Amino acid sequence: MASGIGSWGVYLPFWRLERTAIGQALGSPAGRGTRTVASYDEDTTTLGVEAGRRALAPGGTAPIEELYFSTPEPAYQDKTNATTVHAALGLSERTGAYDLVGSVRSGVGALVAAVAGGKDHPTLAVVAELRTGLAGGADERESGDGAVAFTLVPDTAVAELVGRAAASEEFLDRWRVPGESSSHQWEERFGETAYVPLAREVFTDALKSAGITADAVDHLVVTGLHARAVRAVRTSLGVAEAALAPDRTTEVGNLGAAQLGFGLADVLERAEPGQTVVTLQLADGADALVWRTTEALTGVQARRREAGLATVAEQAASGHPVPYAAFLTWRGQLRREPPRRPEPDRPDAPNMLRREGWKYGFNAGRCLVCGFRHLPPTRVCLRCKTVDQMAPERLADVKGVVATFAIDHLAFSMSPPTVGVVVDFDGGGRYRCELTDSDAASVKIGNRVEMTFRRFYTADGMHNYFWKARPTGETPAAAAPTKEG
Amino acid sequence: MASNGIRDRVAIVGMGCTPFGERWDKGTDDLLTDAAVDAIADAGVKMDEIDAFWLGTMGSGNSGLTLSRPLKLDYRPVSRLENFCATGSEAFRNACYAVASGAYDLAMAIGVEKLKDSGYSGLTGIHLVGDGTGGSLTAPATFSFLVPAYAEKYGVGTDEMKEVLTRIAWKNHYNGARNPRAQFRKEVPMETISKSPRVAGELGVFDCSGVSDGSAAAIVCRVEDAHRYTDAPLYVKGLSFVAGPAAGPIDPEYDYTTFEEVVRSATDAYHQAGITDPRSQLAMAEVHDCFTPTELVLMEDLGFADRGTAWKEVLAGTFELGGELPVNPDGGLKSFGHPIGASGLRMLFECWLQLRKKAPPERQIKTVTEGGRTLGLTHNLGGGPGECVSFVSVVGSEPSA
Repeated sequence: MASGIGSWGVYLPFWRLERTAIGQALGSPAGRGTRTVASYDEDTTTLGVEAGRRALAPGGTAPIEELYFSTPEPAYQDKTNATTVHAALGLSERTGAYDLVGSVRSGVGALVAAVAGGKDHPTLAVVAELRTGLAGGADERESGDGAVAFTLVPDTAVAELVGRAAASEEFLDRWRVPGESSSHQWEERFGETAYVPLAREVFTDALKSAGITADAVDHLVVTGLHARAVRAVRTSLGVAEAALAPDRTTEVGNLGAAQLGFGLADVLERAEPGQTVVTLQLADGADALVWRTTEALTGVQARRREAGLATVAEQAASGHPVPYAAFLTWRGQLRREPPRRPEPDRPDAPNMLRREGWKYGFNAGRCLVCGFRHLPPTRVCLRCKTVDQMAPERLADVKGVVATFAIDHLAFSMSPPTVGVVVDFDGGGRYRCELTDSDAASVKIGNRVEMTFRRFYTADGMHNYFWKARPTGETPAAAAPTKEG
Repeated sequence: MASNGIRDRVAIVGMGCTPFGERWDKGTDDLLTDAAVDAIADAGVKMDEIDAFWLGTMGSGNSGLTLSRPLKLDYRPVSRLENFCATGSEAFRNACYAVASGAYDLAMAIGVEKLKDSGYSGLTGIHLVGDGTGGSLTAPATFSFLVPAYAEKYGVGTDEMKEVLTRIAWKNHYNGARNPRAQFRKEVPMETISKSPRVAGELGVFDCSGVSDGSAAAIVCRVEDAHRYTDAPLYVKGLSFVAGPAAGPIDPEYDYTTFEEVVRSATDAYHQAGITDPRSQLAMAEVHDCFTPTELVLMEDLGFADRGTAWKEVLAGTFELGGELPVNPDGGLKSFGHPIGASGLRMLFECWLQLRKKAPPERQIKTVTEGGRTLGLTHNLGGGPGECVSFVSVVGSEPSA
């Protein structure tokens, strides 16, 4: 039984910006394809939660004891973002939760730290990216938003880390002073000159540490925000062309810190047991990781299919177009007239702590006497009035059906209209909430929905996170819920 | 529910009601002063004869000082209370109980709201954010849940439903056009109503009540003292108020076609007042038409129409000014807007005029002048479908035999 990656999760947001839309608006060269776009109610923390849920979804993993969360674009500084991810994933209070944030390279650092932790206890690594640039620039056009997560387990791994090499070099290729909305980049040729030899050396060293040669590599994933250097490295390592993993940047964009994990997860969904996978990332140096898949891979692949988890390829091919003006608005690049409604107030910190299980874990309260499910949890049962006989019950992963809905043109929103839905959950319980990631015209009574963790708004420098519903994509007839309780 | 009621033990002997509207010229102090001064003039009393005051306001001032300061009251008890949209009615209910108990001889219930100083259209409410998990939906959105639910349950087509809701708004504007105190004093063509821009769900701008400033006041005493002040008092027949367990938003069995709180409070008030058939016994009703589907559902919850039939009654004109049971003859929230603390007392003011045959001829209802009916109803609900407070009063121009 090997230690290493136990499972993986990838989350690409619902929205896609068509690159031609940028060209049409700005009269500039357009490029082709799409990039992923985090919605107005998403940030790197919520993206990370969605990826984490997918990594934990098929089950079979022992409780996570350690969590590393990494993003170049943290929602908070000083305050740990990993604790939010931990709470929204419903992980035990006895979990160490740590951020590695601020730079692209911190993503691979989180993965390596989790590999080390995973030798001893189940560990989760989550890497999230929300990346753009100034309007009309390459970063805006070529970047993407998304998140990946891996569980690292002491045994039953699907892929072991069998070799590794790293190199660090201090040079300015890409940088950003905190507070800036876009990064700076030195002349492209300079970065390429710095990266390419480093990457080649690290690749060679990593293969050596694994005791293999380039012809033994079954899948190669090369990532980095310096696209030109990545291209140059990828085709010059002596790895067979059939082993070069597709980067899917045409549909998704470059996920920056999350790109390595994205490519690795994509490979794990197609790989066979006993194969060698190399990931090589170019960021302020280079990091090469050599993985070997195990016999456990086939079973995990099957469980994920049974659980109905969309594959990386399926996610890359799906999505819904977002107008360029909405994208610019969501990213704060286009300052729009706010709705003529009072801005929301910040929530209260002590109240949020008292209600942590509800606010972050989406835990309902089930009456132990009559079984009635309460959202939010309450002390007195609506049905039988019994006091303090409630058991928390996480409904974050329970689906439901739209009992009724309303399109609200008046509510304060970055993306009007707000769609309100009344959700009746499978197995009982009703809750009224917002519906996100949907086309308002397609909302119907009877539609199937699932819950998603979102940032509602930010007030007084405080992010207000909670859960919304989103369409599952299932047809109402295909999944008839059974109502109980 | 056990409630004994105070039928025919308390009487209204004077009322005042300001014009409602965008009162850029008047502040909360001015509105309170206007309503209070009109009410004491109507009752023929001086301010210092009033023993105690109940002030209803949702957010236009805290504490009794909101009233005692502008009126320069001489060290009198002033209770300031709030109960959502039933706030004004709650001031009235509590003042009635105070005089019924014998604790005071003469009491004033007064309600006020100054909404237009907020700078926003629509109600903004008071923010109690808490853990930040509360919904962001506006009131029109939550009330719009009623429309598809009612239509589906009773097989009413989308266009037919639109016609029903339009007819309710049209009726209330027709009545408001005959009321000099109303915010909107023009009839509105049905086409304008049905084609108004959407606010939420199926609701257009004309399906929503307006936003206005206003104040209204009533002076109450025990029945045996009433004729000291007026030859034509109104007698309090029943007062009921309930707050529900807010079950609707959490109970999958709730279907958004009724307000259980209204059913309960109406049943209680009818019991207190000895009413067995409200549709034939009441001369009029002032109901909480915050949104047009609310009024539709209320017709059934208040027992004016059988379940599933109110939409037909609306189309038949049953609740119009010359109909079998006039509803909102003063124009309702639709024509008056909804200054929260004032609305309940504004409704009562219409009973005060109509039941005593003092309404202007162009809107005096015939159920009183020709039908000989003597009872009127006022109703408020606050909150939303499935989670509200509800108030029902019955008042009459004749003491019981």
